[in-house]
Amino acid sequence: MLALLLILIPLITGVVAFFIKNEKSVKTWALVASLATLVVSIWSLIHQDNYHSVYSKEWLPDLGSSFSLGLDGMGRMLTLLTAIAFPVIFVATNKSTYKDSNQFYGLMLLSLTGLMGVFLATDLLLFYFFWELALVPAYFLCSKWGGERRIPVTFKFFVYTFLGSLIMLIGILYLYFINPDKSFSLSSIYKIQLTDRAQDILFWMFFPAFAIKMPIFPFHTWQPDTYEQSPTATTMVLSGIMVKMGLFAVIRWLLPVFPKTAHQYDNIIIGFSVVGMIYASCIAMVQDDLKRLVAYSSIAHIGLMCATLFAGNSTGTQGVMIQMFNHGINIIGLWVVVELIERQFGTRKMSELGGIAQKAPVLAMLLVIVALANVALPLTNAFVGEFLMFSGLYHFNVWYAVIAGISIILAAIYTLNMIQKVFYGNTNRVTENGVDINWNEKLILSVVVILIFSMGIYPKPMIELTQASVDSLVGVFK
Amino acid sequence: MNNVLNYIWLVPLLPLVGFLINGLGRNFLSKTLVSIIGCGVLLISFAVSVYIFMSVKSGNHEVVKLFDFISAGTLSIPFEFQVDALSSLFLLIITGVGFLIHLYSTAYMHEESNAHFARYFAYLNLFIFSMLLLVLGGNYVIMFIGWEGVGLCSYLLIGYWFKNTDYNNAARKAFIMNRIGDLGFLLAVFWMIQQFGSTSFGEVFSKANGISVAVLTGITLLLFVGATGKSAQIPLYTWLPDAMAGPTPVSALIHAATMVTAGIYMIARSNVLYTLAPVSQSVVAIVGLATAILAATIAIKQNDIKKVLAYSTVSQLGYMFLGLGVGAYTGAVFHVMTHAFFKALLFLGAGSVIHAMHHEQDIRNMGGLKKKLPVTHLTFLLGCIAIAGIPPFSGFFSKDEILAAAYEASPVYWIIGVAGAMMTAFYMFRLYASTFLGTFRGTEKQEHHLHESPAAMTIPLIVLAVLAVMGGLVGIPKVFAENAHSLEHFLSPIFAQSEELVKKEHALDHTKEIGLMAASVILALIAIVYAVNRFSKKPELQEAEGLGKVLANKWYVDELYDAIIGKPLKAISTFFNNVIEKSGIDGFVNGIGVGVQYASRQLRLLQSGQVGSYILLMVLGTIILMIVQLFVS
Repeated sequence: MLALLLILIPLITGVVAFFIKNEKSVKTWALVASLATLVVSIWSLIHQDNYHSVYSKEWLPDLGSSFSLGLDGMGRMLTLLTAIAFPVIFVATNKSTYKDSNQFYGLMLLSLTGLMGVFLATDLLLFYFFWELALVPAYFLCSKWGGERRIPVTFKFFVYTFLGSLIMLIGILYLYFINPDKSFSLSSIYKIQLTDRAQDILFWMFFPAFAIKMPIFPFHTWQPDTYEQSPTATTMVLSGIMVKMGLFAVIRWLLPVFPKTAHQYDNIIIGFSVVGMIYASCIAMVQDDLKRLVAYSSIAHIGLMCATLFAGNSTGTQGVMIQMFNHGINIIGLWVVVELIERQFGTRKMSELGGIAQKAPVLAMLLVIVALANVALPLTNAFVGEFLMFSGLYHFNVWYAVIAGISIILAAIYTLNMIQKVFYGNTNRVTENGVDINWNEKLILSVVVILIFSMGIYPKPMIELTQASVDSLVGVFK
Repeated sequence: MNNVLNYIWLVPLLPLVGFLINGLGRNFLSKTLVSIIGCGVLLISFAVSVYIFMSVKSGNHEVVKLFDFISAGTLSIPFEFQVDALSSLFLLIITGVGFLIHLYSTAYMHEESNAHFARYFAYLNLFIFSMLLLVLGGNYVIMFIGWEGVGLCSYLLIGYWFKNTDYNNAARKAFIMNRIGDLGFLLAVFWMIQQFGSTSFGEVFSKANGISVAVLTGITLLLFVGATGKSAQIPLYTWLPDAMAGPTPVSALIHAATMVTAGIYMIARSNVLYTLAPVSQSVVAIVGLATAILAATIAIKQNDIKKVLAYSTVSQLGYMFLGLGVGAYTGAVFHVMTHAFFKALLFLGAGSVIHAMHHEQDIRNMGGLKKKLPVTHLTFLLGCIAIAGIPPFSGFFSKDEILAAAYEASPVYWIIGVAGAMMTAFYMFRLYASTFLGTFRGTEKQEHHLHESPAAMTIPLIVLAVLAVMGGLVGIPKVFAENAHSLEHFLSPIFAQSEELVKKEHALDHTKEIGLMAASVILALIAIVYAVNRFSKKPELQEAEGLGKVLANKWYVDELYDAIIGKPLKAISTFFNNVIEKSGIDGFVNGIGVGVQYASRQLRLLQSGQVGSYILLMVLGTIILMIVQLFVS
């Protein structure tokens, strides 16, 4: 039941939002809706029994597809992340005004519906449906409310992701036709005995869609542009949660269904991911725009997660699992800071900023904490995830860990550079009249900071929540 | 008495509480309150440490497990503290010297505004917390938490005056150099996990015997990479002299007495692994010795009072690594302790001078301060004698223990080591003479303002001076008295396993040992007399030329690093960004995009062209279909 609620609440409130013309009201409405989702999500952590976690109803019986949802440990974690993220995003961007705000918030809530559906679906066709439902609103949000270059950028985003989706759809149908049960359900798909050749073909039909979504090198060039041009609220959804769709899909659908091919090509995929980590970190070092810096930093972090997933051992996979959550929290924290800076000073160019720490010490302090989590300093959440991931990658092959490890150093370089250029030094014409953040904003960043430390000091509950998902995945992979 | 060890968590917790109070309350608390909290927590922490030290001295030791930190699959890393002789000794140094430096800071930093004063003390307390985690950690991961934590605090405190771009650059450099080392440390930990299935000291050391020497060599060398970063050894030492941008008490605490000795602590803790990997030991010894000499040569030509002390620290750390490398673990830890006393003293003394001279740090503009700053002068002189290794001051005993062990390993080590010791005596007394002797060379305004520092600053100086003079008495060598080396006795359980592995017969006979000692002391005395004579009358005022210029410019190592690493990295990154990313990958993708666009432009003639509205309708249609299906079926 709770699984269904997680979808229904944002869906209904989202549709209603389209009809609330008053900007203030629709903002409140969206916030209340997202908070309601959060309550349900927390409820689902408390009641982990079948009655609450599973929902199934006939949907398209002739096609062998049903409306089935299920919550496992990984699903609980990712729906929780999503449910935490949206209220944070709504509060942090509360001051931004949008033309046709009813449509903006309606689309945001529809995107939330899609994301929840992706994490909950236990039917492949339903999964695909939600996958698109999450993406299409993002496309509109960027093309309508984005920056100056939004049209070509959204077009690129559209081409990339829909090309991936299209090939995946063909793959889904192909998989359906060779399934003797003629069913899309997760359990029946897990049971299909695929020939090596079929595995090979199907793997490469699914993988590009997920690789683009994460994204990993060299499928990533849509991402920095899209992050830069989208309204920040959308960027937060894209980077904090939507990239997890790619990783999630690899864990839920790709590895268990095509383990042999995944194993066969592990070196190529890990190789590209690791090269991409260094590549993206290097590029991050020469960015001037804060949004692009965070975007490339994220590509590097996601590269590590993807590489470790294909290394296929339990230590690393456990790291990926909790890092999906932690990365979401940290990057949303970074975006909140970027948003606050841009709103106040009207620029995201580091070369034009400087000395903000004198004017906004609280903002500076909170940013430093989030930035330190971004470089995985011990006792912050990212350390636990990265430690386990590197350990797993090391176990798979020493040299991958060594090369990927260089990104730890590079991350320190670009992150500290950013802190220095934006916050330290003397104020200039742009920043001399800066003021510190208000209570609302402090509250939001404090939530992020509390999550950073609690997950960094006592990660045990999160590890236990996802342990079963890790075990079953690693079991399949062997 | 045993259960007192279970309260060990109080020791790091107190500074953490101090950090939180001062950090969060920085806008509300007065300077007096901040000082009381900042120093108070450390004083209590020190008291608990003394209590624990006594308990350990009476034979107790324990691994106190607090909670499960990371456990995944077969890997389990508890949050545990190792309370034994080695860690309890470091507890005393950290909280004891730490307290004195906190006290000193209350006066030294008094010109700062309230909020910044509180920020300073918050960082300082956070540093102590991290350092305590580092030495208390019962496994390599908890140690690593402290290891990176102290690096962070060092970064925050070097860049404490964050308006100054140079200081920020120095802070960033320190963090990044440390990170390079940290990567080595981490890789060692992963290797350990693979080999031992654990990172807990007890388990790792007990299984070490069954592991191949090649693997142990690899692990220990990677750990040593970590040590070169944190403890400023070749090739990662260049951050430490720049770190002098921080307030002087910070230099005393972090960049002399405690944090930079983390590498020595770590290797002493891992002594079993190193003893089993002789190649690594040699590498440690040679790198340590090379750093000791290199830094000493640079120190000879520096004119900034803090820079001289900084290179001196790098050099002294080199001696400690030499000690570790030749198996004199006790000697190295002994030198950590005495060095903490006299180097903290020297830095605080330098701070007192800088304070009196209104932020003047160039020794060419000092001179003749002896009369105006009597307490600072006397204590500084005692510190100089201690570091020069003149008996019976503390530096003599610890340095001699290392040099004697080095001689046993190879006489060449001893010769180079003594040459370095001579240079140490020379540059320290060059510094002393230029600062305190001769005539005053500063401005009239500075001369008018010259004053001895307040009691909050001179009391720590006096306490540290007493320790610098007497501290060596806990380690009197066998040559002078049997069983008088109480430190060796105290630390023996830590190094017992290593001792067993290297059943060494005491090779050095007593006459020879005394001869070596006498030689090094005489050479140091010659250097002292020469330096005092030369620099008290005619200080070095002109710019150096020839080799002197190379030394004054630190052998151009910074420039070299920039040319072979800094610039190429930037060039590659720019190339990636401008060429591969924009023209390569994106060019390819955009090419496809343009093609598709062209095709669709042709197709568009069939339609109205409002692609957006089509898709919106498509989405809404699908949603409605889905809902209808859901309720109809």
